[in-house]
Amino acid sequence: MSAPASDVPRPRGLLPGPFRARQAAVALAAFLLSAAAVANTSNGYNLPVGVTQMSRDIYDLHMEAFWICVVIAIVVFGAMIYSLVKFRASQGAVPDTTMLHSTKVEIIWTIVPVVILVVMAIPAAELILKMEDMRNSDLSIRVTGYQWKWEYQYMDAGAGIDFFSTLKQDSNFARELHSGIDPNTVPNYLLDVDHPLVVPSGTKVRIILTSADVIHAWYVPDFALKRSAVPGFINELWFKVDPGKEGIYRGQCAALCGRDHGFMPVVVDVRTPDDFKKWVEEQKAQIKQAAAPATDAPRSAQALN
Amino acid sequence: MAQDLAHDTHDTHDDHNHAPTGIKRWLFSTNHKDIGTMYLVFSLIMFFIGGAMAMVIRAELFKPGLQIVDPERFNQMTTMHALVMIFGAVMPSFVGLANWMVPLQIGAPDMALPRMNNLSFWILPFAFTILLSTLLMPGGAPAAGWTMYPPLVLQSGDSMPMLIFAVHLMGASSIMGAINIVVTIMNMRAPGMNLLKMPLFCWSWLITAYLLIAVMPVLAGAVTMLLTDHFFGTSFFNPAGGGDPLMFEHVFWFFGHPEVYIMILPAFGIISEILPTFSRKPLFGATSMIYAIASIAFLSFIVWGHHMFVDGMPMAAQLFFMMSTMLIAVPTGVKVFNWTATMWRGSLSFEPPMLFALAFLFLFSIGGFSGLMLALTPVDFQYNNTYFVVAHFHYVLVPGAIFAVMAAVYYWLPKWTGHMYNMTLAKTHFWCSAIFVNVLFFPQHFLGLAGMPRRIPDYAVQFTDWNMVSSIGGFAFGASQLLFVILIVQCVRGGQKATAAVWDGAMPTGLEWTLPSPPPFHTFTVAPEIK
Repeated sequence: MSAPASDVPRPRGLLPGPFRARQAAVALAAFLLSAAAVANTSNGYNLPVGVTQMSRDIYDLHMEAFWICVVIAIVVFGAMIYSLVKFRASQGAVPDTTMLHSTKVEIIWTIVPVVILVVMAIPAAELILKMEDMRNSDLSIRVTGYQWKWEYQYMDAGAGIDFFSTLKQDSNFARELHSGIDPNTVPNYLLDVDHPLVVPSGTKVRIILTSADVIHAWYVPDFALKRSAVPGFINELWFKVDPGKEGIYRGQCAALCGRDHGFMPVVVDVRTPDDFKKWVEEQKAQIKQAAAPATDAPRSAQALN
Repeated sequence: MAQDLAHDTHDTHDDHNHAPTGIKRWLFSTNHKDIGTMYLVFSLIMFFIGGAMAMVIRAELFKPGLQIVDPERFNQMTTMHALVMIFGAVMPSFVGLANWMVPLQIGAPDMALPRMNNLSFWILPFAFTILLSTLLMPGGAPAAGWTMYPPLVLQSGDSMPMLIFAVHLMGASSIMGAINIVVTIMNMRAPGMNLLKMPLFCWSWLITAYLLIAVMPVLAGAVTMLLTDHFFGTSFFNPAGGGDPLMFEHVFWFFGHPEVYIMILPAFGIISEILPTFSRKPLFGATSMIYAIASIAFLSFIVWGHHMFVDGMPMAAQLFFMMSTMLIAVPTGVKVFNWTATMWRGSLSFEPPMLFALAFLFLFSIGGFSGLMLALTPVDFQYNNTYFVVAHFHYVLVPGAIFAVMAAVYYWLPKWTGHMYNMTLAKTHFWCSAIFVNVLFFPQHFLGLAGMPRRIPDYAVQFTDWNMVSSIGGFAFGASQLLFVILIVQCVRGGQKATAAVWDGAMPTGLEWTLPSPPPFHTFTVAPEIK
């Protein structure tokens, strides 16, 4: 049931590059032939398997639910199609008007779905328990949503690092109405930022999520993470990227937050713990340097706090 | 003398059978048939206005980059599309069908409260004039989504009080319509028509009407709190003043989830009328169908949290809402199984109403499957607010609710007009709709799973292909609906005379088929006899 795709090295990013018309045609043909074709792909028409244990568990649950639905669909649609073919008035079918109800059958098709639901609910409930376990995190980062950017404030080892992450300039130019710039020529169009969130792999990272204005949602498909950033509330979530899966992972704001809702991507740069340590030191050195001359204006983000 | 008296009575009776003429017939109408017609025409107009907005959305999403509208106008389009389709197209169309058919099916002379009936319809054109006029205002129409989440909605300009006033009017109209249906069904059934003999369409509407009465005031309360937050300095939803933005979501979805069933339960009733007719076999398990509708209605009050899993919720609440939501699959399954069993060992023919009912059966089930997947909280963190959700609810609402309305129109149109319609045109309309609705919405499952959020005017280039497919399907589906209008206009103007039973070759059951087609202006002035 779990996809073999988890062994395939995934390219960096939300999805492997833009897929071509030929692939689309193949995909469409495959989908028309059988719904099963959807299941074994993760390149543009299925959930990403992702790079965390949680995202793989979620992917497996998704596939389990999908296959259960496929089996039910085959049985139910099969019975319907059989009726449509077999019991046609034009073929002289004679209706059996005595078939009014059957308590036995009706009890069966009430009980069987309940059993199927229990089978689905148990792994789902287990996953909820795992997700909500915020204990023993190694790094906490406070993420604040703004119209229309994200602020990342590090705690623990990264204390003091604090920056905004906004849509990259080339995307920002190209996305203007009648910009005349072909989005296909912009690398990672709408999914690139000036300063990505940098996190270490193999580390349980806890995100403390809130918002400064309206409701946003922080969403990284490859981590199977999505939670609303609600003003006045703090939401907690965590992820732990597998060692060896370092790379750049991209997502977007997933709650309508006004005019530029479509233009505040979430980009996470996952590095090895050593590289992360180096990055933290660099950042701290820069902060120290910036803080040294007394004339420097305070960083806007700190002023906001 | 006695003869004269009889003659007089006869004359008076005749007068009643002549509809008032001119504009007064419609403006002051207290006749359930005329009001039903007005509701249906109104909802068809709204279907095209909301559809035009959907065309703008699909045109903008045809390829990456912004070509047609700026992001603010795009958000106005998504918001208004939803409001117009939900409150202007789907809900009034069901009320229109109820107005026409409930008195005819239960053997009542009219709705119980005819003047309120007039009022509940005539509020709607005003409500939608107010709502649609915001498109022309400086600052534009509401753009915070039909869900109107604060704090975003509080950033709206002058459109916000207009939106809230319009929602209040729609709510008042719906409540009056619902009260009318409950009172009619409870008090005006012909002698001998006990509740268990009552047609399933009336049953589904009776339960829907209770849902409406229960939840429309909740929506009214929610939007009134928005109004006072915006204009009178309260802080119901403003965290800076100690308010709680999530409380709005709870209140809204306490309305919103039953609202979903308000838009599908009457559809269940319609399908339960049409399938037996064209299967020439009584509905299988009619009583369990009624229990299933009632259980779905009950469950609809305790599942609202599944719209808010990602907003942050205690673990116990996540578990509760997941399981209560999954439970809905049980009565819904019973309905689908009973419909299948109705066709089983029947004798099926494929007239246009049956074709739409069959498409409903298959495609609504697909919406049900994605609904079941969405119920699983952990996976919902992936699906939530992506195009997977858009695909899910459009499968439930378009080939679900709207196909059911079309099935009902094709079923009863000859009864209403007295003319048969163009069967070839109807079947063309069906095949175009059934094919393109899938081209339109099926790829949106893929887009959502691949990570495309909903309500975005522009997208990363890897989403291009499926968006193009979806847009092409959208344009074709939209164009196909013009056939529906042509067909209705033709049928109203003339055509082969319909018999009283209309579907003579099939097995239509119910009091409406005992009346001539079209039925006289007043029907069942003497209660019919129920065997």
